Amino acid sequence: MNKPIEPNSFRTGPDEQGMFGMFGGRFVAETLMPLILDLQGHWEHAKADPAYKAEVAHLNKHYTGRPSPLYFAERLTDHLREVSAAKGLGGGAKIYFKRDELNHTGSHKINNCLGQILLAKRMGKTRIIAETGAGQHGVASATVAARFGLPCVVYMGATDVERQAPNVFRMKLLGAEVVPVTSGHGTLKDAMNEALRDWVTNVDDTYYMIGTAAGPHPYPEMVRELQSVIGREAKEQMMEAEGRLPDMLVAAVGGGSNAIGLFHPFLDDRSVRIVGVEAGGKGLDGEEHCASLTAGSPGVLHGNRTYLLQNSDGQIMEGHSISAGLDYPGIGPEHSWLKDSGRVEYVPIMDTEALEAFQLLTRTEGIIPALEPAHALAEVIKRAPHMRKDEIIVMNLCGRGDKDIFTVGKILGMGL
Amino acid sequence: MTTRIDRRLAHLKSEGRPALVTYFMGGDPDYATSLKIMKALPKAGSDIIELGMPFSDPMADGPAIQAAGLRALKAGQTLAKTLHMAAEFRADDDETPIVLMGYYNPIYVYGVDRFLADARASGIDGLIVVDLPPEMDEELCIPALKAGLNFIRLATPTTDEKRLPKVLQNTSGFVYYVSMTGITGSALADTTKVATAVKRIKSHTALPVCVGFGVKTAEQARTIGASADGVVVGTAIVNAVASVIDPKGGLTADPAEAVATLVSGLAQGVRGARLVAAE
Ligand SMILES: Cc1ncc(COP(=O)(O)O)c(C=O)c1O
Repeated sequence: MNKPIEPNSFRTGPDEQGMFGMFGGRFVAETLMPLILDLQGHWEHAKADPAYKAEVAHLNKHYTGRPSPLYFAERLTDHLREVSAAKGLGGGAKIYFKRDELNHTGSHKINNCLGQILLAKRMGKTRIIAETGAGQHGVASATVAARFGLPCVVYMGATDVERQAPNVFRMKLLGAEVVPVTSGHGTLKDAMNEALRDWVTNVDDTYYMIGTAAGPHPYPEMVRELQSVIGREAKEQMMEAEGRLPDMLVAAVGGGSNAIGLFHPFLDDRSVRIVGVEAGGKGLDGEEHCASLTAGSPGVLHGNRTYLLQNSDGQIMEGHSISAGLDYPGIGPEHSWLKDSGRVEYVPIMDTEALEAFQLLTRTEGIIPALEPAHALAEVIKRAPHMRKDEIIVMNLCGRGDKDIFTVGKILGMGL
Repeated sequence: MTTRIDRRLAHLKSEGRPALVTYFMGGDPDYATSLKIMKALPKAGSDIIELGMPFSDPMADGPAIQAAGLRALKAGQTLAKTLHMAAEFRADDDETPIVLMGYYNPIYVYGVDRFLADARASGIDGLIVVDLPPEMDEELCIPALKAGLNFIRLATPTTDEKRLPKVLQNTSGFVYYVSMTGITGSALADTTKVATAVKRIKSHTALPVCVGFGVKTAEQARTIGASADGVVVGTAIVNAVASVIDPKGGLTADPAEAVATLVSGLAQGVRGARLVAAE
């Protein structure tokens, strides 16, 4: 077997060059390089500064509503135990949700935005730009920009503007300018290109607030650190609730920020199995999916080397997912490294499976999840019945489904 | 080891005029037409050719070059075909330097060693890879220099005095000064500022400095050429191609001729540049 040698710790990356093994790095135009070095300097200073940490913690508590609850999903657990019994397995793991969907603005994205806008303030930047797919990061960016009194421009693929209309409206209400991007297929990748073009143009006053744990160094590390509050809380809450670590973590991966936020504090707890769930779209046979880790190959895009959906000529594919937040042909570089090192297992979930999970959760727990964590839930539904009753799964319920009700309603043929 | 780029720029220096560096998109609107455009460039007065390698996600390019790349990809252009185009051009022109310009991913996927070998064999002289700053030199820059290709780096208005030596360290052929912070196709920056920046770079290096981004007319080429060793024109050429493509993708005139007309005018501009400087 050609298994790579396991590192002593999975939590030490990235190195000084911003690399996680062969992944990550700083593949940007020279115009941006001085800006990225400046950002890195400020970030390193801030993360070591107790005053910065205290400010983030204060806002997390009083503005976002952290800590988010760790909730035992009893009815769902019971339901899956019945499924297990019907299969003659007699199992059914205990399922907990880390409820970041209860955060102000409705998803985990706010954790990152608060940390970044405090940094932007420290750097003296006066204008915020962001890219968004589902619009959750756009809404979170527009929210913190309003809270701190800075103008905000959000780039959003034209296709996404259409399918995430409620979020577009929210961003506008919050005072942000939403720029629909028509290049490519008009999804997240194209929005990110356009945000980078804005940044290259407005180098003096503008702070680029990237919404996921991807992009050039230091973004993947910075976003991970800001999102790791999820995993740190979950660990503490689990010790309180069960007196032990969970057996399995499950989270959806788009760019990978909610997943790395939950996973990172547990990476060196080897007893904890970790599963990342990618968008399998309409299936991995064709091109209509976004499973960059399962079906892609390493390449360089948006400032980092990572797994990408691309053709044999290195041209990036568009991908497809029912969930706008997972509709991205790349993935944060740390996930690429965690995949290759074998620490985390990545699996695809199809559109149809996510839709079923969405409906099941709504009916059993009275929680309408976003379509992104519905992917994670579909994987939980597959696995829990095959696990023992005394085993525990923690799933990141990273967003609420208000933004998706129109999309889902349309697919289910429900008149609204 | 000197390349065609070194020789051409040294020769022009002795003639006392700046170089006209012309960028076009390989494979736009299709392979055959694009090769014809390439062959027309030296005859129209281009001194150095930048052959664009199309990429699906050109994050430093404006709408015109984005569209050109997508047209080329749609017509089936690949990195292998772009290299083949250079080789076909070389069959009847062994003098005009060719610089490949584009983004790293297609090269990375092709394989760096294989790419460098094939680029050499196709008569390529230099590379400009937008998303490889000096921090990533091990990826392609160092291997390219070892393979005898020039690695031409972009210096920008954000490259300050402290950083400039790092940017210049492994640069060869010439330094490409990006006249503004922005994407290709934007309006030309303040030309006095550009002249000052060129002077600043020249105080750090003996390499020729060519200026690009925003140069569209003969007049601008003349003004920029008064202080720089070369003037790069890209978007205007790509637009000349686009101007003869109808909405259905058909051609309303010969793109090679449209490009040649534009480039002849620009060539007049750079040839008058030092007269401007002398005034
Ligand atoms: C609720 C929710 N979950 C997940 C994602 C995917 O992003 P990431 O993988 O960075 O968590 C998004 C992105 O918009 C989202 O809105």
